[in-house]
Amino acid sequence: MSAPSAAAVAAPESSAQTTPPLLSVRGLVKHFPITGGILGRKVGTVQAVDGVDFDIAKGETLGVVGESGCGKSTTARLVMHLIQPDAGDLRVEGRTIGLNLTLRELRRGVQMVFQDSFASLNPRLTIQDSIAFGPKVYGTPEREALARAHDLLEKVGLDPMSFGRRYPHELSGGQRQRVNIARALALQPKLLLLDEAVSALDKSVEAQVLNLLVDLKAQFDLTYMFISHDLNVVQYMSDRVMVMYLGRVAEIGPVEIIYGGARHPYTRALLSAMPSMDPAKRTMEAPLAGDPPNPIDPPSGCRFHTRCPFAEVVCSTRVPDLLRQPETAQHAVACHMADASSGHSRAGSGT
Amino acid sequence: MSNVSAADVATQAAALAGNTQGYWSGVIRKLARDKVAMTCLGIILLLIAAAILAPWLGLADPYRGAIARRLRGICWLDGTLDCAAVSTPWGPHIYWLGGDEQGRDMLARLIHGGRLSLFIGLLPVLNAFVIGSLLGIVAGYRGGTVNTMIMRTIDVFYAFPSVLLAIAISGALGAGILNSIVSLTIVFIPPIARVAESVTTQVRSLDFVDAARASGAGAFTIIRVHVLNNVLGPIFVFATSLISVSMILASGLSFLGLGTKPPEPEWGLMLNTLRTAIYQQPLVAALPGAMIFMVSICFNLLSDGLRSAMDVRT
Amino acid sequence: MNSPLVDIRDLRVKFSGQRTVHALNGVDIALSPGESLGILGESGSGKSVTLKAMLRLLPPRRTTVAGSIAVDGQDVLAMNADTLADYRGKTVSMIFQEPALALDPVYTLGHQIAESVIRHEGCDRATARQRALDMFERVRIPSPARRLDAYPHEMSGGMRQRAMIALALACRPKVLLADEPTTALDATVQIQILLLLRELQREMGMAMIFVTHDMGVAVEVSDRIAVMYGGRIVESGGVADVIKSPSHPYTRGLLASTVHGAMRGTRLEAIAGAPPSLATAPTGCSFAPRCRLATPACEGAVPPMVGVGPAHVARCIAVAPAAA
Repeated sequence: MSAPSAAAVAAPESSAQTTPPLLSVRGLVKHFPITGGILGRKVGTVQAVDGVDFDIAKGETLGVVGESGCGKSTTARLVMHLIQPDAGDLRVEGRTIGLNLTLRELRRGVQMVFQDSFASLNPRLTIQDSIAFGPKVYGTPEREALARAHDLLEKVGLDPMSFGRRYPHELSGGQRQRVNIARALALQPKLLLLDEAVSALDKSVEAQVLNLLVDLKAQFDLTYMFISHDLNVVQYMSDRVMVMYLGRVAEIGPVEIIYGGARHPYTRALLSAMPSMDPAKRTMEAPLAGDPPNPIDPPSGCRFHTRCPFAEVVCSTRVPDLLRQPETAQHAVACHMADASSGHSRAGSGT
Repeated sequence: MSNVSAADVATQAAALAGNTQGYWSGVIRKLARDKVAMTCLGIILLLIAAAILAPWLGLADPYRGAIARRLRGICWLDGTLDCAAVSTPWGPHIYWLGGDEQGRDMLARLIHGGRLSLFIGLLPVLNAFVIGSLLGIVAGYRGGTVNTMIMRTIDVFYAFPSVLLAIAISGALGAGILNSIVSLTIVFIPPIARVAESVTTQVRSLDFVDAARASGAGAFTIIRVHVLNNVLGPIFVFATSLISVSMILASGLSFLGLGTKPPEPEWGLMLNTLRTAIYQQPLVAALPGAMIFMVSICFNLLSDGLRSAMDVRT
Repeated sequence: MNSPLVDIRDLRVKFSGQRTVHALNGVDIALSPGESLGILGESGSGKSVTLKAMLRLLPPRRTTVAGSIAVDGQDVLAMNADTLADYRGKTVSMIFQEPALALDPVYTLGHQIAESVIRHEGCDRATARQRALDMFERVRIPSPARRLDAYPHEMSGGMRQRAMIALALACRPKVLLADEPTTALDATVQIQILLLLRELQREMGMAMIFVTHDMGVAVEVSDRIAVMYGGRIVESGGVADVIKSPSHPYTRGLLASTVHGAMRGTRLEAIAGAPPSLATAPTGCSFAPRCRLATPACEGAVPPMVGVGPAHVARCIAVAPAAA
């Protein structure tokens, strides 16, 4: 990605040049090769994440939305270095990973909660052992680690005396997700990556876990990156929202602007695709036709141009930069219509 | 949050009751309730104990024959015989299970034979379990090129039927107990490694391994804490099912003259030397085969029981 | 109004096996021709089991079914194998959450649809293929003639779901059962499928039962909504009545805990506790352990359905019946 777009998405804290943002990501790229045949020859590439820039300021919640294949989960795993990025610059509090920040330090400061509450707990370990595992890795003595596990179980609303020695399959989905949250908190991280953490839960349980997340954030002074396909939940949780489409950032900005005055046609389509909760105002027309394209062979130029009602020639030939909007500094859009110099006929008209 | 449902209370009570129970004690408890598996385990333990204690059981010398008593029938099955002591070079003796082609006591030979037969049935599987699991877990956890290298090499062994492979290796190494153990170990490494690789790959892809990596743990710690206890069980179950195959193959090698040498008592070899007597004394000739059959089926049933006992969900 | 198209009375389903589950504990559904009913419930509420029971898709050896299911005047539970084969696909058809699993991977989609048409209508292959093509056009699959020869794995998720709808509707069933057909789809594709189903249902005049856990989805496609909990319908009524003035405490709780944007900054009113295990048949109101309004009387007997408005009923002793 080009340099000017990088500056555009800086969170307010960093633009004021006081403290660096908690997490700063620039030009993150991950292409997965697709291999075929017995020799494992490369037959294609999935451009899972293709030049993603964003900042997360301390104490805020950045919501990340997008459809399957947009790269939101891959982004989280890249941030954790569970997958090695092909390119990109990752800084935590101004320290660059691989330069003056070790992988171990990164993983101490950033933790992750996964969607599948069952798969993310070792079925052969009691939940207190699962929670205590992280601290033990960092040299906390057994007894102290267990004490911390009990403390955290209590913090997430599970009685340590009756739950501590249970195995994951003896718990309900909501209880398991609480355990996963406790496990993530065991290393006292600053940033928690929540990857569809409530998506598999029933609505009534989802509300319990969301309440818990709000409480814990205040109690432990946490920062969240909240990844979800559920726009309602993201709106409830987030301070700022990043919309992704096929491995790139389409739009990023404060939650009020994204939900109230989005400029990217994809963001607006996504929002109007939400089922109506009002029987009198049912959706009459689908905002977009067709399925999202395959990330193996993404469209040229703006990746949304194949489904965009406003697409013009420039959209298929040139990649739009993620540009900061003049009205709100924190709002950045990657659309030729939002770039007065792009040559798009609607550019600058404020559609 | 503070409100607890009825279902919760029930599971809580259950958890409190079994508070100190670990995973393996749960498995043992479930296995103990499985009658078939426990019967098989009993038979196997009995045979192993008998084999170990053979010299002290007051049995006849399994190497000493009495030509006059060759191919004597089983006294309590053969109406023409009575179960009274008959005279032999070493004194009066009762042939409870008849005598072999040299008049050696079958009971003594079967029990002494268990020492070798069980040894060469179990040891190759044990060796292969250690080596195969190691290869498979490394291949499964590392993936990529390491996986391809290990697994493709192993696939080469898969190209030959296991019996043929065992015979070929034993033939090349020469006859002998040690060589047949080595050849059987080599035969069993590929299937165990393949099972180990597939379960490890499966476990490796689960989020809890990623969560452990995210905790900053190194590969060794993750394998020790999170991978081993999830993969060893299934591999172990698979390995126990191979014990029966191993015993049959070992017997087969002895039968072909590639394993144990006469006059050593060993079930496969005994089956071989007695086969000429199949028309005169079919029951006596079938006895070593019956032993192999019984032990194999017991190991198989035990491994089935173990599999269901280790399933967390039941 | 004469007799309904679908008439389910006191349907009870019990699964036995390693553990017993009383999945349905007295479900009554009456559905008129052309009507669309949304069944709303969380996992384990029995919503999918109801649909499967209607098609007799539950494993017979482990399942005990009591009560009655009548569809189009036929007694479903009494059908023999032949009648059942005719009934499935011709009278009642079903679409599933995961079309990749419901479609046969080794046959082309055109072949699968044509087979179904030939079996149910006994026409020749050319007519059946023409019907398949018509259906593909109706569900708006682009370049339908070419896609007829595609295998399920060659299509994207949304297209596969359209193909499954085409397959389900090829024999013009009177009732379409939809089991969370949009849950696995992306947001922008989900709304397309919902609108398609709504339109097809109206055009073809069929009745539809749409099972979902998503309130918004239910609102988009249903005329009436039935809310299920613990294997019973706890509230049912016109979609506007149930959403705007929910009566049963569970429906209220569900609405209150369903997150939407306006709640930003406020604390969510979560329903405490977890759904019932159903290891034993609930003798009282199954929601009572989680209910704020619960009294000892709630656990004593199964609450009757109380009319709370025109064609709006709730199974709760705490709600005031509508003034008759």
